[in-house]
Amino acid sequence: MTGVLAPLPVLLPLLGAAAALLVGHHPRLQRTVSILVLTGVVSVSVTLLLIADTDGAAAVAVGDWPVPVAIVLVVDRLSALMLVVASTVGLGVLVFAVGQGTADGDENTPLSIFHPTFLVLIAGVSYAFLAGDLFNLYVGFEVLLTASYVLLTMGGSATRIRAGITYVVVSLLSSLLFLGSIALVYAATGTVNLAQLAGRLADLPDGTRLLLHGMLLIAFCIKAAVFPLSAWLPDSYPTAPAPVTAVFAGLLTKVGVYAIIRTQTLLFPGGALDDVLMCAALATMLIGILGAIAQTDIRRVLSFTLVSHIGYMIFGIALGSTAGLAGAIFYVVHHIAIQTTLFLVAGLIERRGGTMAVDRLGGLATASPLLAVLFFVPAMNLAGIPPFSGFVGKVGLLGAGVADGSWGAYVLVAGAVLTSLLTLVAMSRIWTRAFWRPAAQEPTADTAEAAAHDAGPDAGPPGADEPADDGAGAAGAPSGGATSTPLARRTGRRGAWARHAAVATAPAAGGDGRPSGADDDRAPSRRPMPVVMTAATAVMVALTVGLTVVAGPLYGLTTRAAEDLLDRTPYIGTVYGEREQP
Amino acid sequence: MTPTIVLPVVIGGLYAAGVYLLLDRSLTRVILGFVLLGNATNLLVLSASGPAALAPIFGFAEEEQMSDPLPQALVLTAIVITFGVTAFLLAMVQRSWQLVRQEVIEVDEEDRRVAAREGRDADDMDPDARDPDDLPTEDRPAGKGNTLHSDVDVEERLAQRYGDMPSDDVTLPPTHGGRP
Repeated sequence: MTGVLAPLPVLLPLLGAAAALLVGHHPRLQRTVSILVLTGVVSVSVTLLLIADTDGAAAVAVGDWPVPVAIVLVVDRLSALMLVVASTVGLGVLVFAVGQGTADGDENTPLSIFHPTFLVLIAGVSYAFLAGDLFNLYVGFEVLLTASYVLLTMGGSATRIRAGITYVVVSLLSSLLFLGSIALVYAATGTVNLAQLAGRLADLPDGTRLLLHGMLLIAFCIKAAVFPLSAWLPDSYPTAPAPVTAVFAGLLTKVGVYAIIRTQTLLFPGGALDDVLMCAALATMLIGILGAIAQTDIRRVLSFTLVSHIGYMIFGIALGSTAGLAGAIFYVVHHIAIQTTLFLVAGLIERRGGTMAVDRLGGLATASPLLAVLFFVPAMNLAGIPPFSGFVGKVGLLGAGVADGSWGAYVLVAGAVLTSLLTLVAMSRIWTRAFWRPAAQEPTADTAEAAAHDAGPDAGPPGADEPADDGAGAAGAPSGGATSTPLARRTGRRGAWARHAAVATAPAAGGDGRPSGADDDRAPSRRPMPVVMTAATAVMVALTVGLTVVAGPLYGLTTRAAEDLLDRTPYIGTVYGEREQP
Repeated sequence: MTPTIVLPVVIGGLYAAGVYLLLDRSLTRVILGFVLLGNATNLLVLSASGPAALAPIFGFAEEEQMSDPLPQALVLTAIVITFGVTAFLLAMVQRSWQLVRQEVIEVDEEDRRVAAREGRDADDMDPDARDPDDLPTEDRPAGKGNTLHSDVDVEERLAQRYGDMPSDDVTLPPTHGGRP
């Protein structure tokens, strides 16, 4: 059974991508294809997880070659669980993107490359989770990274290219480092098969083993954005379109975390570099969250919390105990779901409020109570407020840290609690200012004249539908460059701000003499939230809350997965042992 | 079947030159650096198969005279990946040049903005304080009507010239406000 199913999470999206490319001129058909394919992947992954949890791990030798030679796909509890979460989140984001595309009327797109690329990304992620040898892990990484390059730079505007270059160069560097380590691993051991490596690496001299271990960890830590190697992430993620950022935030770094888990448990057990990882975890948590507090752009805040919370998972991995790993895996699941959801909500906020800059937002709670709920629930979940899964994951990790008992673990526990509090600060800052601050609090003295001015030279294309990706959200900056002095631009921006304020409190501000009728077509960036986007986000929020409901069984599952990982024999035995025939 | 000193020397030299070029702000050099690093890594994979030997084809060579075929298979895959990614990188740099007429990567705009806030509480932020136009000309972020290299708004000119051409730019429509 597994023999048939295991390749499907990779094959289905790849074939689906081909199909989606073929029907690129029929957007409706293309959307149907990609959603159907991802639904298929979700159901296959769930089946794989059920099988892996009841019958234990299973390995498939592709092409039926004898084992050390063959390309092996391994489905154990960890990889099956990751597959389920990744494909579910991918499906949610895809529906959101479809909603956004429909709402913005890209029906007549000449050739839509979003859907095929997205499916290739999912295929790469699945392949990385399933790969049973280092080189195929590398190929999986490359597949997902190449797809992510395309997604990140989609539209090819200046800001995205600028951010994309940083991202691409850093990713390439980490890939080369990974490839170099594979070469050295092969030179030292004569194999790249993970199960075979697990045995052979133990025979190497200590120095060689440490070198290989360090090189692999550095390569994976760049991908997972662990602190000294995390600076690329907040620079590159926020510029992409909302669904793209959401899926990146959820999945890409977690593939790195998955690879770190495999490295630390299967390849190099014994925790040679655990202390280093501990320090990295602490620095990642604290520096990441301090960065989040310094930011005023919602997506940047979220990117920094993403970096920060990677530290929790590294903390669990570095503990090296069953409890620590179980907590780390649970946290990975929780964090994939929560971070994706928050970025989707950020997309909605941007659509509703017209900007990402917290200073310019206001009054969203009255403007859209639904949006407020959609933001509040995952934000509190991220901060770890008790009923939610973030709390469960953090308590699990803290408990594992206390059980470890070393002073380093206690420092980490303190750091984790502090990070959680600071996350709450960062989240409540967005919450109070974007949602609860009266929309008209900012200066409104020159509202009327600014509005009048705006109607003049800088009217711009009213249906300005080009990808506008100015991270600053300088909405309404005049495009009539020839006449605009800095002063005029300034006034224009102030006017733009006032427009936001005025629309948000439309009934109240209606009487101040502004030509309010002009607002609807003058501010194309402030649009109502389309039903599909809102529904997709709501379902994702419900899923993150659902993680709390199933937290007990899920924690049981992650504990079993952690036991498998530390035991190592289930994995190695499956690869060598009885192979299931397709 | 004696090991050769040539490969390690070449690999080391390529790595050194590649890292040096990669650290430059000029994108052309970054690409060249990446190409060198990629080739160095490919050679490293190849050299993992040990000393040179006969081609691993049955009937052509005895088994003990064959070189290890696996690294050759790996390096083929790696070469293809490196090649494809280099092409993508080149396309990006070309696009960057097209848009902002400069190929030097600048300090991130938002980083500068946060750094420039200097002791002010984020809650007191005045939107007007965040004006890219107030920055010195050479500090202006890319794509903001940069007047350092050209007085013409290149993006706008391109938009006029190619405005009616089909493009896949619209696949993911705008999530922000108006154009800069």
